[in-house]
Amino acid sequence: MALTLLVLLPLVGGLLVLLLGKDRDQLVRQVALSVSLVTFLASLWLWSSFDAASADFQFVERYTWLPDFGISYHVGLDGITLWLVLLTTFLTPIGLLCSWESVEQRVKEFSFFMLLLEAAMIGVFISLDLFLFYIFWDAMLIPMYFLIGIWGYEQRIYAAVKFMLYTMAGSVLMLLAIIWIAYYHQTVTGVVSFDLLDLYALEIPAELQMWLFLAFTVAFAIKVPLFPFHTWLPDAHVQAPTAGSVILAGVMLKMGTYGLLRFSFPLFPEAALQFAPYIAILAVIGIVYGALVAMVQPDMKKLVAYSSVSHLGFVVLGLCAMNVTGVQGALFQMLAHGVSTGGLFLIVGMLSERRHTKLIAEYGGLKAVMPKLVAMFLLITLASIALPGMNGFVGEFLIFIGSFASNPGLTAVAVTGVILSAVYMLWLFQRVNYGPLTNPRNKGLRDLSAREWVVIAPIVAMCIGMGVAPGVFLKPMEPAVKRIVAQVRGIVPVNAAMMSGVFSGTAAAEKTPDVIAATPAVEGSAR
Amino acid sequence: MNQNDFAAIVPVLMVTLAACATMMAEAFRPQRDLAAGRWFGTYGLIGLGGAIAASLNQWNQSLVGFGVISVDNFTVFFNITLCAIGILTIILSAGNAERDHLPLGEYYTLILFAIVGMMLMASTTDLLVIFIALEIMSLGVYVLTAIKRSSAEGAEASFKYFVLGAFSSAFFLYGIAMAYAVTGTTRLDEIGLRVASSALDPGILTILTMVLLLVGFAFKVGAVPVHMWTPDAYQGAPALVTGFMSTGVKAAAFAAFIRVFLSALEPLRLDWVPIVTVIAALTMILGTVVGVAQTSVKRMLAYSSIAHAGYLLVGLVAASSAGKAAMLFYLVAYSVTNLGAFGVLAALVTPVRQHDDVWDFAGMSKERPGLAALLTLFLLSLGGFPPTVGFIGKWYVFNAAMQEGLYTLAILGVLTSVVSVFFYLRIVVMMYMSDETAPEHRPKVSAITTAGLLIALAGVLSLGVLPGGLLKIAAESVASIF
Repeated sequence: MALTLLVLLPLVGGLLVLLLGKDRDQLVRQVALSVSLVTFLASLWLWSSFDAASADFQFVERYTWLPDFGISYHVGLDGITLWLVLLTTFLTPIGLLCSWESVEQRVKEFSFFMLLLEAAMIGVFISLDLFLFYIFWDAMLIPMYFLIGIWGYEQRIYAAVKFMLYTMAGSVLMLLAIIWIAYYHQTVTGVVSFDLLDLYALEIPAELQMWLFLAFTVAFAIKVPLFPFHTWLPDAHVQAPTAGSVILAGVMLKMGTYGLLRFSFPLFPEAALQFAPYIAILAVIGIVYGALVAMVQPDMKKLVAYSSVSHLGFVVLGLCAMNVTGVQGALFQMLAHGVSTGGLFLIVGMLSERRHTKLIAEYGGLKAVMPKLVAMFLLITLASIALPGMNGFVGEFLIFIGSFASNPGLTAVAVTGVILSAVYMLWLFQRVNYGPLTNPRNKGLRDLSAREWVVIAPIVAMCIGMGVAPGVFLKPMEPAVKRIVAQVRGIVPVNAAMMSGVFSGTAAAEKTPDVIAATPAVEGSAR
Repeated sequence: MNQNDFAAIVPVLMVTLAACATMMAEAFRPQRDLAAGRWFGTYGLIGLGGAIAASLNQWNQSLVGFGVISVDNFTVFFNITLCAIGILTIILSAGNAERDHLPLGEYYTLILFAIVGMMLMASTTDLLVIFIALEIMSLGVYVLTAIKRSSAEGAEASFKYFVLGAFSSAFFLYGIAMAYAVTGTTRLDEIGLRVASSALDPGILTILTMVLLLVGFAFKVGAVPVHMWTPDAYQGAPALVTGFMSTGVKAAAFAAFIRVFLSALEPLRLDWVPIVTVIAALTMILGTVVGVAQTSVKRMLAYSSIAHAGYLLVGLVAASSAGKAAMLFYLVAYSVTNLGAFGVLAALVTPVRQHDDVWDFAGMSKERPGLAALLTLFLLSLGGFPPTVGFIGKWYVFNAAMQEGLYTLAILGVLTSVVSVFFYLRIVVMMYMSDETAPEHRPKVSAITTAGLLIALAGVLSLGVLPGGLLKIAAESVASIF
């Protein structure tokens, strides 16, 4: 019941919020925040009772739903989704709290859609049935669409509709692929099944895998967003309200990379190995292109949005390496990016709440008037540019190790993205915070309020905490990552596995010497 | 003639009696007592409720009445669906028909007679009776389209609908004549046998029969290229009549369509599948693409209904047991959703404002949050979003299509449904996201309309979350006959 409860809590809480009377905005905010905090506590409890040594799905629930079609309500949590669920439950209260004052209109609907979104996002991560997964996947679009469209900035309607249509266009083809694979299961075994674990066991001929892989991967690539499917993202991010951007960048983009890892790669391993180098090329293009475009943005929010394109490129690169180190790095980077980019959007939101503009040129010299906010800004910026000791570093480092093993050339190009990210982020930071305070309107800006401290402090704490003690996060995900990598390759690459021992808790090499011994020099199979 | 004959037609008789009772009540109503009409709907509710109860009793009975009425599970399924459509229409009408100064007696009588025609159409196994049923239904709906006498648009719409409808009826009748010429019978089972014997080399007349019947059905379901009446008729008719004809007429026409093409003309499948495939593809494309360009909400929903006919035709092309069951499920899903949507539109009509232009919906979520939320849910269901019944319906149809290897149709279907989301969202954008607020006041919604809308909502959500029961019933309904 634990996982179902985690979906039901925000869902029921959201409906409850709707029932509250008119003009009780403060009460609505409080109820919504409490619900999301309870959900967060519940997910912490899941973490505490999670068996980190196991690669299996835990807290599994399975009820038949449409037995004639092999569809069941099947949910479970493994080391990968544990973190993504925690990320979701961590960011939702922050999103609600950061909108405490900025969202003044239709507070009730806002809180309802935020909680609905949380429920749907958790549902996406815990689904172990493809039909169920698709339902959550599609249902998730609706609250986000409203969040962007109602509470966004000037171009919100355009951005909301673009977001909706773009994402849908990708996912409907995935729906057909899901149906196809379920009936292929029937052709092979005699029973139709939408169950992920059943379908993992299915062996699909290589030439068919290609089409199915493409159908799934395009859906996820749009969500990531992978170059050249990224054009919806700057619009959606820039126009969304702060809470929307935080959730969008923090969690929803990760659904694309999560989908690649959970569905595209292990379901169609041969196609995955065949396509991985090309996807990696797109990822690297995204890294460099996103960074270059971010550099020239006059708008802070757009800059952060394009930096997401770049950072998510790293994640995809790590996934495409398809070794334990690379995938673990990618997962860690997903979490780190969720936290740090969420933090950046919060900072940008706080600035634009005060000044009603997101243009970098309007700012400058903020350090003099709001030192605390600037300090927090600095810490999050450093996390975002992957300073060692901050969370961004661990993920990117692991990704490069993993990726270097399978594709040194591309990795070399990708590393320039790190430099570029330092360029655009530090330049942004410098233009906003240093220099003389020229714009008179920036003079009496107030520093962080108590509420804003509560919003930003957990983010900064996580930025540092994840950087200092990455093992806490890497250890529970390791068995699950190993299982998936083994599923795709059948084997674990040798050098990457040994390198992953760099960080305590990821000592793949120590734990699986037999696997490594049995697989000398398998890198060629990636190409 | 024996007891069994009558046992078979009990549901139809009940609705007929209700229709007659309504007509009598109207005839003997005191001239000035306009309020009396308020209760006319109850006759219909009783008749339709009784018909549903009687139909439930006929499940798995396989009765035959008068040699031409076949009460198999397929018939039972459609009879119940059609009566439920009638009940929902009457409930939703109760609050609006009087307000719009519709002649209540005639209004309810015509709805009930149209339902009689629909039920006959779904249950008969003789081409001639299908034609008669088709005419009973159509005449009722033609008049209903123009029921608002003061409305010039309604008269125009009705006239167009009538002329084009008569035209297509002629095609259909000519098809029946051809069928008789080729096979010497109008009974579907016998036609099936004769056609089967020459299926490998069907003569030109046989093919002509098939094409003419196809034209007749395509017209009634609103498929390309004989869809032209739909937008005009939908726009001109009062909103609830549009809701009624977009669901009831479509369901009944599809029932007969399925029965004729999958029993009598089943042996010719190789000949008609390519044609229906092309029609389905064009219908989906035209319905969605032209729908995007509409600014009248009713016209938009008319094109949406054309697109939905296209999705249903995909089920017909698949024609496996899953495909047939998918069509049945889809018809229910579409009916409950569309009735809900038109119910909301009808509730918003005032004498000064038709509430038909998308701009009329600007800012509605602030003024009428409940109605706006309901309409949003119905539109999301039409667009095929989970967790609504519209999603399950689409999934089921595409499921059947994928199973039969109809990849092109399935891909076309999902892509056009993305396009359709664009125009459904236009209304949502207006209601929730537009800065402007339409100036005039929106009318109050009566309790009974609210109840009707909540019934539709319950259908949309409950069948969307727990579709298992209806999926099973739909599968059993087609299992028994074809």
